[in-house]
Amino acid sequence: MQPAISNGQQIQHTKSKRHFRFGTAFMYIILSAWALTTIYPMFWIINNSFKVSRDVMNKSFSLALDPVWINYTTAFERINIGKSYINSLIMSGGTVLFVLLLGGLAAYVLSRFTFAGKRFIYSVLYATLLVPAFATVVPVYELLIKTKLVNTYWGLILPQTAGNLTFATLVIAGYMTTIAKELEEAAFMDGCNRWQMFLKIFMPVSRPAFASVSIFVFLWSYNDLFSALIFVNKEKVRPIVALLNEISSQYGTDFGLMATAVTLTVLPILVIYLFISKFIEKGLTEGAVKG
Amino acid sequence: MRDSELVNKTPSSFEAASSFKYPNARENKTQVVINMKGDRKYIWIFLFPMAAFLTVFLYYPFFKSVYFSFYRTKGFFDKKFIGWDNYDRLFSDKLLGAATLHTLEILVYVLVFQVGIALVLAVMVDNINKFKGFFRSVFFFPVVISGTAISLLFVLFYNYNFGLLNSILANFGLEKVLWLSENNALKAIAVPTVWHYVGFYFVLFVTAMSKIPEDYYDAAKLEGITGVKKMVKLTIPLILSDIKVVITLAITGTLKVFDFVWVISRAQNGTDVLGTYMYKKAMVDQNFGYGSTVAIYMVVLGVVIALLANRLLKSEEITY
Repeated sequence: MQPAISNGQQIQHTKSKRHFRFGTAFMYIILSAWALTTIYPMFWIINNSFKVSRDVMNKSFSLALDPVWINYTTAFERINIGKSYINSLIMSGGTVLFVLLLGGLAAYVLSRFTFAGKRFIYSVLYATLLVPAFATVVPVYELLIKTKLVNTYWGLILPQTAGNLTFATLVIAGYMTTIAKELEEAAFMDGCNRWQMFLKIFMPVSRPAFASVSIFVFLWSYNDLFSALIFVNKEKVRPIVALLNEISSQYGTDFGLMATAVTLTVLPILVIYLFISKFIEKGLTEGAVKG
Repeated sequence: MRDSELVNKTPSSFEAASSFKYPNARENKTQVVINMKGDRKYIWIFLFPMAAFLTVFLYYPFFKSVYFSFYRTKGFFDKKFIGWDNYDRLFSDKLLGAATLHTLEILVYVLVFQVGIALVLAVMVDNINKFKGFFRSVFFFPVVISGTAISLLFVLFYNYNFGLLNSILANFGLEKVLWLSENNALKAIAVPTVWHYVGFYFVLFVTAMSKIPEDYYDAAKLEGITGVKKMVKLTIPLILSDIKVVITLAITGTLKVFDFVWVISRAQNGTDVLGTYMYKKAMVDQNFGYGSTVAIYMVVLGVVIALLANRLLKSEEITY
């Protein structure tokens, strides 16, 4: 498809270059303006994280030419942000692993097997997308209390896995449907059973779908304040979003610390995003989020 | 539809995109699959873990919520059947009415500005030649950041004494504004809510537009159709099905808004939305019965609004 596009643009370029100059300049201005709204706040917060609170309040626009690290030492020593990082990584990582394994297996069956009741299962899964966390939270909370899983890592991993499983299954199944039958037949000739076929053919070939699902499930899990507040809000298991919420209510006047907390939460994600942004867009391009 | 013709080719990004269908779309009628001995066993083994998970943590809790909504509760252990009383309360609950209106107000902002800005930006990016990749990456920034972090950022913007906005005003010698007052608070919260997900819908739109065959545009050019006219007459009708998907996502997403309101205003000053109201009832007051009733109401409302929107946008889908 690439050549076709560039051809078309070539035509536009030569035929109507003069005609469009004003409009094009206008578009670049608008686009740059929006880009500024996404870039500048990030810069502002990072810049201010290197100032003492008094300077954040009085001179929030000036560059932190003389960076102070006091907010960072406070963040790591007094409110133990490192611990929350690890908690977030374990819980969101665990959620992603479970979702990929369970969703992948189910997607394989739904996309490559024929059996009675398949349409019914699809309908149920689509209906499941309409059930928000609000409508399950109370009984899940009760269940977790009874099984003593509240305020443990499992207390967040299990509900979040269930919450993201439908989306993952539908996306991966959508991708697996498009895989050529010949591949499967070849594997069958080689004597693969269904389990080996899944591991050796369908998992590797569906890598793009698995990748985009894991990125989105990770982000949604890492950013989910509602579940974190309810299921894992004790200090030893608290993920980073719940800690941020805590900081805003406990240290709401310490502007430097707040700027640092936001920076520490956002920066790793942004850096990772810059490395894999191609992947994310590819994931979106592959229709990954149409669920 | 597109899906059926593509099943037998090797997967590429384009095919996968069209193969993931939205509800209502036809299921894999033309799917070609092979059958093997012992398939029954594998169907059970592979589907069971997902089914078990969803049953324990989703379906059972959902029906339990429906069940709770008919009880008056004190904690988990003391409950009494009260029939439809919670639902009667629902309709006379002024705070819930206010929360519903606030949610609907944010929904209007989301549909007009979030979807609108995303669409306009996508059309523009589709029409330029340079820096496409740059804009795509940068517009997506906010989406990867948690709502909680963005909220904290906006707390720093809106602060009366030392916030970013008031220091700008002070620089120009203007009077400071109380951004989170009763009159402004909900709008002040709507701004980050809208800003957060513009990039997400933007990428969906850009993707949809990149699939429009180039000769459509060439033909339009020969007819002399350009600029805004091209956008209204050609681009938008051609991606109508994607716009519908985005609108449905925006509706369900808005009904789930929680973190912005909770962190920026603590749901005070007339900013309670359904998500925070449900949280307060069920978790802060530990009123599980009525909290569940509110949750059921949210599900019903979400389904009704989504159906209405899809009915309004109903039209012949264009395939190409």
